[in-house]
Amino acid sequence: MSDFSRRKLIFTGLAATAGVSGLGIAARIAQKYGLIPPDHGGIYGLGETLTYAAQRLLTKHSLAREFSRSQISNPPFANEMPPLTEAFKRHQAGGFADWRLTVDGMVDRPATFSLAQLKSYPSSSQITHLACEEGWSYIAEWIGVPLSHILDVVGIQPQARYVVYFSIDPDWWDSIDVADATHPQTFLAYGLNSNELPVGNGGPLRMRLPRQLGYKNVKFITHLTITDNMKGFGAGLGSASPEGGYAWYAGI
Amino acid sequence: MASLGSVPEPLRGSFPNSASAVPTSTIPLRHSALVRITHWITTLCFLALLVSGVEIVISHPRFYWGETGNDLTPTLFKLPIPSSRALVPTGYGYVLPDQNGWSRYLHFQAAWIVVLTGLLYAIYGLFTGHFRKNLFPGSADLSWRGFSVAIAKHLRFERPGQAEAWTYNVLQRLTYLLVIFIMFPLVIWTGLAMSPAFVSAVPATVTLLGGQESARTIHFFVSVALLLFLLIHVVMVCLAGFRNRMRAMVTGRTRAGLERT
Repeated sequence: MSDFSRRKLIFTGLAATAGVSGLGIAARIAQKYGLIPPDHGGIYGLGETLTYAAQRLLTKHSLAREFSRSQISNPPFANEMPPLTEAFKRHQAGGFADWRLTVDGMVDRPATFSLAQLKSYPSSSQITHLACEEGWSYIAEWIGVPLSHILDVVGIQPQARYVVYFSIDPDWWDSIDVADATHPQTFLAYGLNSNELPVGNGGPLRMRLPRQLGYKNVKFITHLTITDNMKGFGAGLGSASPEGGYAWYAGI
Repeated sequence: MASLGSVPEPLRGSFPNSASAVPTSTIPLRHSALVRITHWITTLCFLALLVSGVEIVISHPRFYWGETGNDLTPTLFKLPIPSSRALVPTGYGYVLPDQNGWSRYLHFQAAWIVVLTGLLYAIYGLFTGHFRKNLFPGSADLSWRGFSVAIAKHLRFERPGQAEAWTYNVLQRLTYLLVIFIMFPLVIWTGLAMSPAFVSAVPATVTLLGGQESARTIHFFVSVALLLFLLIHVVMVCLAGFRNRMRAMVTGRTRAGLERT
């Protein structure tokens, strides 16, 4: 073996070792700073992790664009939905008077809220863009209570990392990290364009995240659980979306 | 020697009479290892982006201009194809299966890999003079005469001469520059402009394009242009000599221009 090829071999070996240990260190730092999404496994894990990590570093506090009232889409648009559940229809018949939002998990004061209680909190509104992963979009005024306000009321614990949210339809649940949950534009919405939130748009209560795609904005919310780990929920991928093949993080 | 035209400098003078006498190790590479590797990674990523992009478009084959657009608003144009969503009025009596889940995962993974590969290529191209030497046209070629000669050769489907096995003609150079410095950046930009999180941090990404639906429409047209480039590129490789050109982009070596025919 000539000196040249030996040197080349040693150099390549050192570079490979440095590369692998570098990746290991990067993964540890990423884990520590919450840059790894729950659906980081599998063949698409690399792309998802890069997207989520880049967005967490770049967009933790950025605000979605807000629009003027004249830009609101008219007529308002409501997407197709799976059939309403029997439980939902009973609530609908009763004018949603018995609709409850239960908040539990890593909180100091677990609580249950009626719609009237949620509406008694300072309301907030935003005129924002909703884009579906399919390609269509609309602009609407969303009225509701910031999720961060509810989290303050129940006292979210410092070790919490995710807010899991459930629809009345048991197949429909999702989660967001605490950065998104405490973001000022993350709403529990109960109004649309100065009216009650129509059922077709997720009424009486919808999670509204203007910095993520439409499918993350789950309709008919009844339950929030605050947790530090997504492993115990469904297949542990963060939401029902990755189980159906869609990415957990939908900010792209 | 004169017939060798623009053979790279190190080859000149060292040319023996018979090509078969040239030991392969002394022949310079037509394409450097980095150009070859980034070329094929980009090819694979582009095909992945194309297939997944088509699948995503099928879920809403309607295009708009401005910030918003949906089934209730007028379109800029519609693709005359069936959709994978029942709500889209396509005129077809059936709905295709939903393939958006894996398509979106694959689209963004391939996008990451191609963007990182492109960055590596751009840094290499700047620092080694690859862009300057191999892609920027010489001033002689940028004349009316240079253009008309190159265009006339293409129109006559003239097979490239031996010299062209070692260099690009002016039309090739301008096309590659257009793809590398205009079309790829534009497709990345319009892609980012559709990310609700990214545009919250950098709103100009989408406002400069006139809105999120405009970004989607431009993204579609640039993708079509890139597909056209790919098709013409493959046809030209076949016309110029598929085996030699492929060998050059796979192994780096070519015998074209060295053989006496």
